[in-house]
Amino acid sequence: MSVIIIGAGPAGCEAAYRLARSGESVELIEKEAEIGGNLNNWYQLFPDRKQAADLKAKLRKNIEHPQIHLHLKSKPVAFSRQGDGTIQLTLDDGALITGKALLVASGFRTFDAHRKEEYGYGIYENVITSVELENAFINHQINTSTGHAPKRIGLIHCVGSRDEKICRLYCSKLCCVTAVKQAIELREMLPEAEILCFYMDMRMFGPGYEEMYREAQEKYNIKFVRGRLSEASEDREKRLIIKVEDTLVGKPLKMTLDLMVLMVGMEPAEGNDQLISMLNLQTAPNGFIQVSDPHSGTNCTHQKGIFVTGCSSSPMNLTDTLTDARSAAVTISEYLNS
Amino acid sequence: MNFWGFSISEARVIDYDKNDKTLAQIMATEVPSSKLCIGCGGCTATCSAGNLTEFNIRKLQMLAKRGENKELQTQLHKCMLCGKCLLVCPRGVDTRRMIWSMLRFINS
Repeated sequence: MSVIIIGAGPAGCEAAYRLARSGESVELIEKEAEIGGNLNNWYQLFPDRKQAADLKAKLRKNIEHPQIHLHLKSKPVAFSRQGDGTIQLTLDDGALITGKALLVASGFRTFDAHRKEEYGYGIYENVITSVELENAFINHQINTSTGHAPKRIGLIHCVGSRDEKICRLYCSKLCCVTAVKQAIELREMLPEAEILCFYMDMRMFGPGYEEMYREAQEKYNIKFVRGRLSEASEDREKRLIIKVEDTLVGKPLKMTLDLMVLMVGMEPAEGNDQLISMLNLQTAPNGFIQVSDPHSGTNCTHQKGIFVTGCSSSPMNLTDTLTDARSAAVTISEYLNS
Repeated sequence: MNFWGFSISEARVIDYDKNDKTLAQIMATEVPSSKLCIGCGGCTATCSAGNLTEFNIRKLQMLAKRGENKELQTQLHKCMLCGKCLLVCPRGVDTRRMIWSMLRFINS
């Protein structure tokens, strides 16, 4: 009898490793052909600019533990309980897995920027998302659609966050610091470019974040404008004309950008709703999985023996995700030994 | 001649592409700490001139950074260079040197 974990992203891998080390047998289920989840879309991590690939390699090495059984390209399709409370999960390949506890680590997906149509993603050529910028960093190449090095770049915060118009009232927490990190990376590649961040509030909550913001301003000459993008349009040279209010001076502002990067927020993972209904869990007001108590039950759901970790319950940065996974491992160990 | 009392309002929008950002560049070079402003308004709250007049140093330096130098001409001389703003700034901006840099530019 073992612990079943759904999702082999950072949270799932870390929890699996900690549980295995404490003597539990783990069945780790991942829908994709490789582990890592959203970590696979990142190049360098904040705040220390660690290579995302290095962290993934470490996670992968950890789950080579003999007590962990990895099921790639697998999805749970049915859930049931036996009389003694044992959990049974049927996978899409027909396999039946049983466990004493189930941990949901299904994570998040990034906001689909097409939904903010007024920002022009998918319509204008030089509007990209923060995820696409990470991929450009991996390839060490930043060009506009017309093949030029961009002279002025704007990073737009809060795309898919704190916005009633797309039913996302919450803050995704990591876009501000991602924008600062990406602005610094852009500066290193393009020493002459003008780089501006358009923000509503700078939410630099983590250790080293505010320091990074300060360094971005002073050392890397990144400019910060407090104002939310209202709309963008395109000129004949495929540049973008944007309109914001410079709220700290109280005047509308317009400018032309060669490249516009949308800092996309976090949404519940694909399949989140089906998982909630299959496992009979509760949906939190933000659409993620509801935990049983915001202080003492952050890894517990309203179902006995079913636990949650990482971005399945709310947006989290990687530091908090890994910490939360270790917390989930402790919570599950306590449950199994009680 | 304006016979009918109508006039055309000047656009309020900051036209960043067209604005002359020479002063902004000078300020960034001469006073690098000026780039650290986060717009908290501590300087303006404590400002002796700002308590008695329309003078708003936080706003003026932000306008200067966008190339909006017009207001500086009428406002900047109100500063008495007392340096209280320097004492309260949480980001360590050398505000007095920044004002001095702007004054030199508009007087030149």
